[in-house]
Amino acid sequence: MLNRAAQLTLIAALLATAACSKKKPLPPPPPPAAAPAMAPSSSGNTDTAMAAPVAVGTANIPGSVADFKATSGSDTVLFGYDSYEIDDTARGILGKQAEWLARYPGVKVTIEGHADERGTREYNLALGDRRANAAKNFLGAQGVATARIATISYGKERPVAEGSDEAAWAQNRRAVTVIIGGAR
Amino acid sequence: MRIPLLLLALSLAAPAAAVLRVDINTGIAQPLPIAVPAFAATVPAATQAGTTTDLGARVAAVIAADLGSSGLFRPLDPAAYTTTVTAADVTAPQFASWRTLAAQALVTGNVTANPDGGITVGCYAYDVFSSEELARQGFVTTAANWRRAAHKCADLVYSRLTGETGYFDSRIVYVSETGGKTKRIKRLAVMDQDGANHRFLTNGQNLVLTPRFAPNQQTITYMSFADNKPRVWLYTLGTGHQEVVGEFPNMSFAPRFSPDGNALVFSMATGGNTDIFRMDLASRRITRLTDAPGIDTAPSYAPDGAHIVFESDRGGSQQVYVMNADGSGQHRISFGDGRAATPVWSPRGDLIAFTRLGAGKFRIGVMKPDGSGERLLTSAYQDEGPTWSPNGRVILFFRTVQGRSNTALMSVDLSGQNERRLKTPLDASDPAWSPLLP
Repeated sequence: MLNRAAQLTLIAALLATAACSKKKPLPPPPPPAAAPAMAPSSSGNTDTAMAAPVAVGTANIPGSVADFKATSGSDTVLFGYDSYEIDDTARGILGKQAEWLARYPGVKVTIEGHADERGTREYNLALGDRRANAAKNFLGAQGVATARIATISYGKERPVAEGSDEAAWAQNRRAVTVIIGGAR
Repeated sequence: MRIPLLLLALSLAAPAAAVLRVDINTGIAQPLPIAVPAFAATVPAATQAGTTTDLGARVAAVIAADLGSSGLFRPLDPAAYTTTVTAADVTAPQFASWRTLAAQALVTGNVTANPDGGITVGCYAYDVFSSEELARQGFVTTAANWRRAAHKCADLVYSRLTGETGYFDSRIVYVSETGGKTKRIKRLAVMDQDGANHRFLTNGQNLVLTPRFAPNQQTITYMSFADNKPRVWLYTLGTGHQEVVGEFPNMSFAPRFSPDGNALVFSMATGGNTDIFRMDLASRRITRLTDAPGIDTAPSYAPDGAHIVFESDRGGSQQVYVMNADGSGQHRISFGDGRAATPVWSPRGDLIAFTRLGAGKFRIGVMKPDGSGERLLTSAYQDEGPTWSPNGRVILFFRTVQGRSNTALMSVDLSGQNERRLKTPLDASDPAWSPLLP
């Protein structure tokens, strides 16, 4: 049983990776996030009596949950209707998540898979599981040890948007990477 | 909360041949007018549930509500009744006065307090125009259990007039819902088929879904997110005992009992792939039934236990399949427009109810076990999750209102008529109808 399960996981992972790589090469790792320079403008009117802007203490603690979200751009990737394909936008976000996770190897995450309301309850539980695993497999292919990644599906039980329209559905078809341990 | 089994049926006499008959196959344009006057107190006496006179009135009201809810009968307004039925009238009705009210059938009866504190409810059905007796039966039970005696009487009348078994002495387990869409609180709840004797089983702390009765009705299987682990659980009604059926590494869900109650079938998800498994409850050993890449879920046994209907997206979209109970012979049976989901085999074996997804809607439909003869019974934004009445004539499901969190239990008969909302204290979803109580 375990062997078969392991095999299936492996096959699923390979399929997911293959499907992704066939479409488009993985995006290059984004440049290291440099703090934007906030030097006072020296161009133009030098006599505008404006104090030089000062960086307020908004910087996130490196290795924190807030830092993870800010560095990755988002903790959430979205999916098409009844789909678990990792699209370009999701690829970008997950790529940054993987980089961040490589930087903090002690961090463990749970990926929560969700569905919109346009599927039946049990099918959507399975669909949420597919989405969570698609995101997990992508992170795994980026070098994150899959032992660090748990998955859970909530199906259509935990939407973030309440409406019954495309805007709400789009937000609800998602996989959310939640840090469960090891963050600062 | 054990279901009282102390309900003894007494044979009072052999009924005469019937002339009155209700055809339930075509859908009823004109429900049969039926009079159900307050049952007489054989001797006015006190019981733990009130006097026999009071009980007589309450029993009649429950019977009238049961029969009326089927859509096949139209109980007359008790305000129109010109006389009170005396103990003597029960076995010798004044047919002329009931004819005046245009009642075609008459249900009368009596309530007797027994020396042991229990009660006997005598139930009599008559054809008003031919002045013939159609059926009679006595039911012995505890005073507190009087509603079940009333449901048994309603089942007797329904059965005598339609030729089908009844379904009123049965219960419903479902998920009670409250709160906003993003933070829904869900609790298991049980109630009688008519909404009475409502009781919550879980406190809402954990997300719970998809309860189903065991054939003996003392156990419920369901899915719970307790400890953030989505798994299949069992709930024992008598004791309130809850236990997880297995410590699986991945999500287990969509549980249903086998017809003999000795096994569960359910889905397990592994790395994004969902298959159906069978678990022997005595040994807790599991056997794989499906092995296709894709989502195989929502299994439901045929009443003879030989086949299982389920849904799978192995062909590209969610469709209904049938397999032998050992997993062999898997074949697709649904071929209509859109997707087909949540199949449930009728307790009569003749039909499969399911949810049809298409054109932005979920609708409840039925088809034969070979996939032919599909008929859609409802049309709304989202009607999902059918469950059968014990006699296979009525389907209960839940309806979600577009753009809102509100969900409600609805029933519809096999002809697609008599759509009714079942009252619940809060919003409601995932209904499962019990078999007839013993």
